[in-house]
Amino acid sequence: MAELTADRTKEVMTVNIGPHHPATHGVLRLIVDLEGETVKEVTPVIGYVHTGIEKSCEDKSYWKVIPFIERMDYVSYFFQMEAYCGAVEKLIGLEIPPRAKYLRTIFLELNRIHSHLVWLGTTALDLGAISMLWYCFRERDRILDLFEMATGQRMHTRYFQVGGVIEDIPLGFEKKLAEFVAEMPVRVGQYEALLDNNEVFLQRTKGVGIVSRERLLELGVTGPLLRAAGEPWDLRKAVDHLVYPEMDFKIPVGTVGDNYDRYRVRVAEMVESTRIVEQALAALPDGPHISEDRKYVLPPRSELSTSMESLIHHFKLVTEGFRVEPGEVYNAIEGPRGELGCYVLADGSSKPARVHFRDPSFINLQAFRDMSVDTYVADMICSLGMLDPILGGVDR
Amino acid sequence: MADRQRSARDMLRGDLEGDDLERYVEERVVTTTFEKMLNLARANSIFPLTFGLACCAIEAPISIVTARYDLARFGAEALRASPRQADLIILSGRVSVKMAPVVRRLYDQMLEPKWAISMGACSSSGGMFANYAVVQGADKFMPIDMHIPGCPPRPEAVMYGFSKLQRKIMGEPDQGWRQRYNAAGTEEWARGGPRSEPSPEAAAAYEQARELTHA
Amino acid sequence: MPDAPGLELIRGEIERDRPGSVLATSFDRDQAALLVDPEQVLAVLGWLRDEPGQGYRFLSSLHVADYLPAEPRFGVHYELLNRDRVERIRVKAMLADPGAEQLPEIDSCVGLFPTADAQEREAFDFFGIVFRGHPNLTRILMPDDYVGWPQRRDFPLGGEPVTFTYNERRYG
Repeated sequence: MAELTADRTKEVMTVNIGPHHPATHGVLRLIVDLEGETVKEVTPVIGYVHTGIEKSCEDKSYWKVIPFIERMDYVSYFFQMEAYCGAVEKLIGLEIPPRAKYLRTIFLELNRIHSHLVWLGTTALDLGAISMLWYCFRERDRILDLFEMATGQRMHTRYFQVGGVIEDIPLGFEKKLAEFVAEMPVRVGQYEALLDNNEVFLQRTKGVGIVSRERLLELGVTGPLLRAAGEPWDLRKAVDHLVYPEMDFKIPVGTVGDNYDRYRVRVAEMVESTRIVEQALAALPDGPHISEDRKYVLPPRSELSTSMESLIHHFKLVTEGFRVEPGEVYNAIEGPRGELGCYVLADGSSKPARVHFRDPSFINLQAFRDMSVDTYVADMICSLGMLDPILGGVDR
Repeated sequence: MADRQRSARDMLRGDLEGDDLERYVEERVVTTTFEKMLNLARANSIFPLTFGLACCAIEAPISIVTARYDLARFGAEALRASPRQADLIILSGRVSVKMAPVVRRLYDQMLEPKWAISMGACSSSGGMFANYAVVQGADKFMPIDMHIPGCPPRPEAVMYGFSKLQRKIMGEPDQGWRQRYNAAGTEEWARGGPRSEPSPEAAAAYEQARELTHA
Repeated sequence: MPDAPGLELIRGEIERDRPGSVLATSFDRDQAALLVDPEQVLAVLGWLRDEPGQGYRFLSSLHVADYLPAEPRFGVHYELLNRDRVERIRVKAMLADPGAEQLPEIDSCVGLFPTADAQEREAFDFFGIVFRGHPNLTRILMPDDYVGWPQRRDFPLGGEPVTFTYNERRYG
């Protein structure tokens, strides 16, 4: 709605930053009311990559759901698997063995680093610091090499299963991981050297997009955005989950809550995640990598030729899947963007009756309006990058 | 190697004669029709559109332009943001019903000659999402030149598909299995395809195969 | 989570202030849930948020589950979190399907928890539940002119055959 006034400097122009735009981090559509270059109102329109994943999950047995849900937030796929498998394990009451817990933690933190690298590369690209993309993706490719070594796939690995992880790590993985862990802090130092004192970057991010802590909490925002505003809230520390209580790591917390703080918090998180991986790798215990309960977990293939019972279990699990007593559970973990929650409703059959994900990007996007009103368009793009929405999670 | 150097030296001195000179020129000068040259230029300087829908977008267009799987080697480094300036659209990701008209509009806005690569299982055929929200294959609303399977396809697979597209643009598309199996069941290719009519043996074998599949 | 006795205490206190609002409690798999009357859900949420001893000020998630064929079929879930004690509690309000063209209604809690804005729109988009008092109750993920409530259990999964030559010949 354009208002034509005699004073042309006050004219409000509605611009559609359409679903196809190099800076929207996915197919996000923004309808922006601009007065000159100042943003007066911004309305995000989402749904352009809505895939009906939650509905599809109702049609699949519990273990078949895993490849579906990991494609929601497509840079942090291990986290979706963890939220879902954790929820189903709570429903069943299944304990996962210690080695599986450590492996899960290692892969989750590697995925967190991966997610932050993708964020840093693309956001710096939006701000004009194009070389960051190449440096960040160089590390990202190393992490993906590690994933491929252990699971066979670079992305969407379906590595976590109900009861543990699907396969033990291969020989040589620990060595390669140790090399990566040793080098990663140096690389993060390189990224900081590129951006931290860059005058253009500082001018574009300092003091921009500030939203108060209380407002963020009202809007349900969690994750690095909340921590940058000064609230030390992290589910890894708040809730006893996997092996985080035994790890020694810090939570980076910002002060002002502007875009610069968000950047610093995430970069610091990368270093902390590397430390967690290092400690978990050193403390990795021996043992089974998945639960031994054959009612829910496939038996190892070596047993299939000797034990009739294993064969029957295998058959039942592959064809129908395991059944879960009726009940519902909400399992929340700390994803790279905030609280990732998975709600599973079981109705006694072998398929979940409802799977719903509380996706952090979906909730965080509500803070976008507060971050960009009364700033310039360029600041809005910067805020969008620092918000780090992943549209696959927003739209599910 | 020494031979070429010697003949080059002789050429510069004016010592090559007759057949030697002919051969020298043939080896170094590409003589071709204007069409072929145009196609060569088009294939080796494709401007892809920066278009990412979902997970495949992280592998392409972001990952293939990075240093390890460098797309710039193939001349396609200049990713353009505006469809008016691009000639290749890589549909990387699932096309939802809300996005399909947008994609079609983008494709229409591109200028001829234009190509479309459908990357990954979701845009080729709906992938694992056979439900109300995903268009089961971008073929349903726009012409696609190359389908790349995978979920997501490795960047190497995307490069392979890309180089296959380049050969298609140059007018010599890979025939691959169609040649081996006489293209039975893919009649839109075998019958009056981009080149000539199939050979009589191929046509007979094709008819026979068609009888069998119809039965 | 508040443990089972704690949950009963909470119920007792809410019942004292608002009799008839809590219909049942459930403590299943270490998760506490209060089943409340849909007409009084705002009162219960407000009490849980503002009462000095409780302080469940963070709404983690607002989502709907379709319990078909059980009646009432729609369960609106509010996942509340107390960040100081790190305790979660779930408030469930069951809504029946009025049938025919009518849509089930419940009060919107956007006033109490602004985070519910987009989540209530999503619930409306997928289940057709009207949240009274919501500032902008329109479809959020499906196209604006979509007909039907996709995530209801009786809505078909959908999908159509892919355009292979084989399918074209077979299905026309």
